[in-house]
Amino acid sequence: MSTLDFVTVPVNVSDPMIPRVYRVLRTRWNTGDTFSLELVPQEGGDIPAFEPGQFNMVYIYGVGEIPISISGDPARRDLLIHTTRAVGTVTHSMSKLNVDDTLGVRGPFGSAWPVELGRGKDIVIVAGGIGLAPLRPAMYRILANREQYGRVVLLYGARTPADVLYRKELEQWRSQFDLDVFVTVDRATGNWRGSVGLVTQLIGRAPFDPLNSMAIVCGPELMMRFTTMELMKRGISGNNIYISLERNMKCGIGLCGHCQLGSVFVCKDGPVFQHSQVEHLLTRWEL
Amino acid sequence: MTKSSKADFKSRFVLERQDFQCLLDALNGQGYRLIAPTPRDGAVVYDEIAAVSDLPIGLTDEQERGTYRLKDGDPGRLFGCGLGPHSWKKFLYPAELRLWNAHANGSLAITPDDHHPERLALIGVRACELGALRVLDRVLSGGQYHDTVYEAQRDHLFIVAVNCGRAGNTCFCASMNTGPRAESGFDLALTEILEPERHYFVVEVGSEAGQRLFDGVPHQSALEADVQKATTIIETTATHMGRHLDTTGIKDLLYANFENSEWDEVAARCLTCGNCTLVCPTCFCTTVEDVAELTGASAQRIRRWDSCFTMDFSYVVGGHVRASARSRYRQWLTHKLAAWIDQFGSSGCVGCGRCITWCPVGIDLTEEAKTIRAHSQPKPETKSRKKIHHENT
Repeated sequence: MSTLDFVTVPVNVSDPMIPRVYRVLRTRWNTGDTFSLELVPQEGGDIPAFEPGQFNMVYIYGVGEIPISISGDPARRDLLIHTTRAVGTVTHSMSKLNVDDTLGVRGPFGSAWPVELGRGKDIVIVAGGIGLAPLRPAMYRILANREQYGRVVLLYGARTPADVLYRKELEQWRSQFDLDVFVTVDRATGNWRGSVGLVTQLIGRAPFDPLNSMAIVCGPELMMRFTTMELMKRGISGNNIYISLERNMKCGIGLCGHCQLGSVFVCKDGPVFQHSQVEHLLTRWEL
Repeated sequence: MTKSSKADFKSRFVLERQDFQCLLDALNGQGYRLIAPTPRDGAVVYDEIAAVSDLPIGLTDEQERGTYRLKDGDPGRLFGCGLGPHSWKKFLYPAELRLWNAHANGSLAITPDDHHPERLALIGVRACELGALRVLDRVLSGGQYHDTVYEAQRDHLFIVAVNCGRAGNTCFCASMNTGPRAESGFDLALTEILEPERHYFVVEVGSEAGQRLFDGVPHQSALEADVQKATTIIETTATHMGRHLDTTGIKDLLYANFENSEWDEVAARCLTCGNCTLVCPTCFCTTVEDVAELTGASAQRIRRWDSCFTMDFSYVVGGHVRASARSRYRQWLTHKLAAWIDQFGSSGCVGCGRCITWCPVGIDLTEEAKTIRAHSQPKPETKSRKKIHHENT
């Protein structure tokens, strides 16, 4: 038997499974456990265009790969920014990277905050903890087109004053006349004289027109559940609320099966969902 | 057989048993490696064969929940055994696949692996397994992203289907509309007819490639009586299914019974070993693993079959989404029989019965679905929604 006459054409594993190598341009600790990496492609060139809310699969050599949302400005194609907390094996290794170290990146994957649908409306951004990171690109996008929106409200809750993410940027935004920024902490420490309490408690008095608003929400799942309840209590329809979900992901392209939530694949149908689409899934324990 | 080929060629022929080796030789001559059922360690597995004598000749099997035994069957019969633990999935979607290799000499460098599809002749593919390939086609190459290794291998298959002359005790392809007759998706389909005086196959040609190959194999035209015999065999098989699954409204039934207490009952028996997912011809979940060399000079990315029955499968920071056995069995069954329909437009179950046979504690998917149906405690989604609002307003 000879198979030589039937030479087959080799194929690569599909491109979305092959990481592109990036170089660390700058590292920065945002809080005690949260850091940002500014990355550029090792071979030069632009980073792939991405939409606010999308994520990358980030690979640390010999350690592993995890999904991390993109935190930079979608208008900038020269720099990729990821902000994450050092909580697991990969993120701990990632936190130890230095300038000029390299890592692998696949993406961008997943759905995006549909900020364009909010044109002509008030925008309510509600973030809990590290949940501000995937919302920041949406903020940049909105600010770049500020005249297209009504009031823009950012409600942010952190555990303690020391955990407030992007503090300088928040202070800058808070100083702008065309933004309403409210920050609260679960526990006041030190000389904090700001608001204390859950981020949900800010919703009742936030300045927006519930009948003409779009809300985008990111934080722990429980926080998002209570936040959406409060938003709906104020009168925003579930169709105008978007949330971002987190699940175990190995491929990012809907083939590995890990991120299933009922009939959706969080990686490709999400991570950003219209709240009314997934509300029934979020109330099911161990789904 | 490429997945796009259709069985437009319904010409039927007769292949005598003594010419069966000629069929294998013809496939060999076209550069195909022959993969077929073959007995090994007391079970029938799919692996390379050299000659017709490697088939499980004269053997049959006894299958029940948690039970599999090979035993003597009709002497001389080539395809008297039903399905074993293997499925053809392993040739298209390998249990272990190296995706790429990384080096870190100063800077990270990633080299993707090349995969050479092989010309494989799959011999003895049952109708339910053709159904499983159709399911995998939709999952792995029907969406936005494709598994290119699967697709390339899929295009290099020659499929010799075999219509079932006997239904196993754990079979229910008739319930899932996948068998026992091979309707499409093959190059050749055989029905084995074993009579005291004559042993032969009625052959249906399903593709141009099948016709080209069969032209080089000694055969005759089939008589109407031969075709009738083959049809009767398949029809009889259809009425002898060992299992039955009522699929009426099964998607809504399972969605509505998320909180059914019967899940606790099956969880008390389930070992969460994952056997069912490994023998399933459509389970497609994988994980990736990084294997670093001891020196640290290189690391490989390996993709492996994974199972939703493991705790780690659903791990996110803060814990495992599906920590209980109850939730993991429910996920598997509900995905297979319900969510799959929403995701891919068909059931994920083809009725092959492997999960029943190979479950070490004998959990029977058809029984579990029946139990849920009999003790349905529907909890419509809208109701739970209202309840939450009520509690908080």
